[in-house]
Amino acid sequence: MRVVAAYAVQESLRRRVFTVVLILTAVFLALYGWGASLAFDEVTAFSGEGDPGEPVDPEVVAGSTIFGLAMFSTLFLGAVLAVFLTLSAVRGDAERGLLQPLVVRPVGRTQMLAGRFVAAAGVCAAYVGAVYVVAMLITGAVGGWWPDRVLAPGLALAAAVVVIAAIALLGSVFLSATANGIGVFMVFGAGLAAGLLGQIGEALSSDRLEDIAEVAAWLLPFEALYQSGLDGLTADARGFTDFAVQLGPFGGADAGGPLLWVWTVVYVGLLGLAARAGFARRDL
Amino acid sequence: MPAALAATGLQKRYGQAQALVGADLRLEEGELLGLLGPNGAGKSTLVKIACGLVRPSAGSMEVLGVPAGSIEARRGIGYLAELFRFPGWLSADELLSLHQRLAASGGGEAERAELLAIVGLADARAVKVEAMSKGMQQRLGIAQALVGSPRLLLLDEPTSALDPVGRRIVRDLLQELRSRGVAVLLNSHLLSEVELVCDRVAIMLDGRIVQQGAPAELSRPRGVEVETAAGTRLYEGKGRDDVPRIVAEQVQAGGQVYGVRVLSSTLEDTYLEAVSGG
Repeated sequence: MRVVAAYAVQESLRRRVFTVVLILTAVFLALYGWGASLAFDEVTAFSGEGDPGEPVDPEVVAGSTIFGLAMFSTLFLGAVLAVFLTLSAVRGDAERGLLQPLVVRPVGRTQMLAGRFVAAAGVCAAYVGAVYVVAMLITGAVGGWWPDRVLAPGLALAAAVVVIAAIALLGSVFLSATANGIGVFMVFGAGLAAGLLGQIGEALSSDRLEDIAEVAAWLLPFEALYQSGLDGLTADARGFTDFAVQLGPFGGADAGGPLLWVWTVVYVGLLGLAARAGFARRDL
Repeated sequence: MPAALAATGLQKRYGQAQALVGADLRLEEGELLGLLGPNGAGKSTLVKIACGLVRPSAGSMEVLGVPAGSIEARRGIGYLAELFRFPGWLSADELLSLHQRLAASGGGEAERAELLAIVGLADARAVKVEAMSKGMQQRLGIAQALVGSPRLLLLDEPTSALDPVGRRIVRDLLQELRSRGVAVLLNSHLLSEVELVCDRVAIMLDGRIVQQGAPAELSRPRGVEVETAAGTRLYEGKGRDDVPRIVAEQVQAGGQVYGVRVLSSTLEDTYLEAVSGG
């Protein structure tokens, strides 16, 4: 498995998509730094409009909101990377004749699949972790705001892209590369829509909408992890400040708790078992 | 001693299509077997089952005495697919190194250098796959198949993209491998090539082996052509053993014999007869 994983990591880093994502990331971080600087400059005006009876910490609102947006962008870029690194791992590579020379070697198909997954998950998690840290440092440097929890949101974001990589890898066993890419992005969009639905439900005080959104977020746990990460940013905020920081744009903060982590591990494991069963039966 | 490859009643169905309908084939160690047949005859499916890429629907296949597709079987084989591709970002040396690690070959740099030299790519060690011509990639594919000194080599159209020089290299290589005791299953459309190098030929049609034997066994006598003063006469159905009698008859009849030629069918004739049901 180590040989396959090392090969897959090497392949990931040499792929053009990785370069494209790096360029996009650099552009995003530069724009983010600029935007964060402008946002913090405007904070004073925002603070002036606040109700004196319900004091809002403008630094927290500005910092957590803009950093929440950064987390969404990071998740999106991480999802792009996860999908493109895994979308053709099995059927797509088999159709192009890339997989057969590797599969005939005395390496089990399970190990082959596990190696691909470990590599994709590792690259994507490392990427997301790095972007998260840089965005946090930028936010702290330009606005003097730091998240209440530093580690947990980063880990949640990294876990979210690992889940997306697992979904894309499972899809690659059954679907051609293009169909899988489209399918996974639709699933990703469904998760985001669930988050949006939850926010609408909260705004309308609709328990049913909120329940639907919660179930959907747990069925697609990358969304629940993202919401949990957002929650960690302002975990210590209280009062109106806590109410004001409705982070998004796709999904409000919602602490998942330890059960979410257990579910994530089980979920990825189930996806892995399904991929293994499908790959074992596939004629190449 | 187990056969290098033994298929018994091998069947494979892809949905409604029956690719193999009870193929029986045996390849001994050190033997070079040519597998012939028209497109869709089931040749590639048979080779893929031997490699573990495809699961048979029924029947059995053993490779080196163990079930085809098992890790043990895959330890002993080298395979070059008909349609293959290597990652363009790898150099020839890196590709062989990757396959050495996957095959747990301890050959190291010496093995890589030897394999590249064998296929005429000694100078292309650092050349990336994406910068190679199709022929170079095919030769690299053959080198890749030889990583770990396999006991059974499965080659699916290994010379389809090669120029005459490249084909000659492969032919010499196959003969060298046979002398080392490596069994080779050569799936090729190039009948002349198969006839030149193979010990035995098996012809596949509609998912089963319809004929097999040594190339000389498969070629049947077509007749004896005798050139006399009266012209050339063909004695159809006669063979080499009939020549003295025919010549004697001609001489007794007062004829003058200028030449005698025993005509036999080529592998191509046999193949065309087999696949056209003739």
